[in-house]
Amino acid sequence: MTLLQTYLQQPFVQRALLVGILVALCASLLGVTLVLRRFSFIGDGLSHVAFGAMAIAAVVGLTNDMLLIIPVTVLCAILLLVAGQNAKIKGDAAVAMISVGALAIGYLLMNLFPPHGNSNVSGDVCTTLFGGTSILTLKPLEVWISIALSVVVVAFFVLFYHKIFAVTFDESFAAATGANTRLYNLMIAVIIAVVIVLAMKLVGSLLISALVVFPALSAMRLFKSFRAVSICAACISVLCAVTGILFSAVLSTPVGSTIVAANILVFAIFTLAGVLRAR
Amino acid sequence: MALLTCSDLSLGYEGKPILEHISFEVNAGDYLCIVGENGSGKSTLMKTLLGLLRPLRGKVLTGDGLHQNEIGYLPQQTVIQRDFPASVFEIVLSGCQGRQGLRPFYTKADKDLAWKNIRRMEIEPLARRCYRELSGGQQQRVLLARALCATRKLLLLDEPVAGLDPKVTAEMYQLISDLNRKDGITVVMISHDLEAALRYATHILHIGARIYCGPVAGYLKSETGARWLAEGGMEA
Repeated sequence: MTLLQTYLQQPFVQRALLVGILVALCASLLGVTLVLRRFSFIGDGLSHVAFGAMAIAAVVGLTNDMLLIIPVTVLCAILLLVAGQNAKIKGDAAVAMISVGALAIGYLLMNLFPPHGNSNVSGDVCTTLFGGTSILTLKPLEVWISIALSVVVVAFFVLFYHKIFAVTFDESFAAATGANTRLYNLMIAVIIAVVIVLAMKLVGSLLISALVVFPALSAMRLFKSFRAVSICAACISVLCAVTGILFSAVLSTPVGSTIVAANILVFAIFTLAGVLRAR
Repeated sequence: MALLTCSDLSLGYEGKPILEHISFEVNAGDYLCIVGENGSGKSTLMKTLLGLLRPLRGKVLTGDGLHQNEIGYLPQQTVIQRDFPASVFEIVLSGCQGRQGLRPFYTKADKDLAWKNIRRMEIEPLARRCYRELSGGQQQRVLLARALCATRKLLLLDEPVAGLDPKVTAEMYQLISDLNRKDGITVVMISHDLEAALRYATHILHIGARIYCGPVAGYLKSETGARWLAEGGMEA
């Protein structure tokens, strides 16, 4: 217990907790609509796209690689979510194709043109996928960016909650009765892309996918209205992020994997509770 | 002027026409059934009427004070909806979304309208239940209540009885017929069930190789109708 207290007094643990909570909150809110639309894997796909863009930025020698990563990822998100419904290659296949393609090209480029002063290519890749310890080495600026972004995402979710519901449940009905579904889909796609890029930098792409799917799926085992599922997913996600970060600090386990493990545990408990209640 | 006027409409996807030179009108109070073979373009026609699909040629005009966003729509169920966690009330209320514009929240009037339509469809006891746990007939009532939140004038129904058992099918037809006769709501319905179409509808639009549009009585006498009936319609 005293060990935990010592940890909690460390600024880097406090920053990690704050950012972890915010990222978990944003990802889980967006996760509900993504899972229901059968886009569970988009978190993974887009983070690979971001990785590919990062590799290109490194090869070209851009000092601020975000300038390339964000537009490219946003573009892919729009391609998948907005244009995707009428495209010839749909949903899961499109996500898989873009995801694997971007990952391969990125890795290839990094091997062909290793960036100066960093020859540890596989180490880089590993960090991108698993987040490494980067959540424990956050700079104050990154914390502020996360706070600002989370405020935007939560505000968007609250203000557009009913529109997100209408578009997710029945897009053609919403469009037929006059809702601007293209605009809402576009906004959802842009926000998802930005959240994933920033979250990937902080916690790694493995964790971001887990944060998108697990809380939403767990909540759906037990709750039966969209509102309850959204609220419950957010709570689960934040709770798991906190326990995961604290456990990893105490047990010196990798942060991302520990958070995912906590999410798996909650999912198992909720599934069991759902089965028991159905009896 | 008619609620909906289609003049020389050609429909299809990616420039390939499925249906050409369709002209018809839907007047206030009509109950129009669209019949025809599978693949004849019934659903495509409905999507065009709803403005979801742009016609290759021709126009769909709304008149009689009807705006494009005042058409109620009962779509066929999608895969996504089958395991969607949503309460009946949430779904019915979402029928008001088309009028919201960028307004973020529903008003008291919207909620009252949702409750009114829930009572009208006799699903009040189910209002807090989860949509995915309801029977097929109950789900259709929920979607119909939602459609009624979107319109006061015109309902477009895409095979509203698909997958329902005979008893529930009869109830559904009665419900739709009541909306048409008692509440004066104009109905346009895609149907596979020719017998029911002839019994409840006032007008028939038959599309396919031959096209008929007009009152039910005339359809039975027309060559298109006679042949269709002789073939037993859609095995209905």
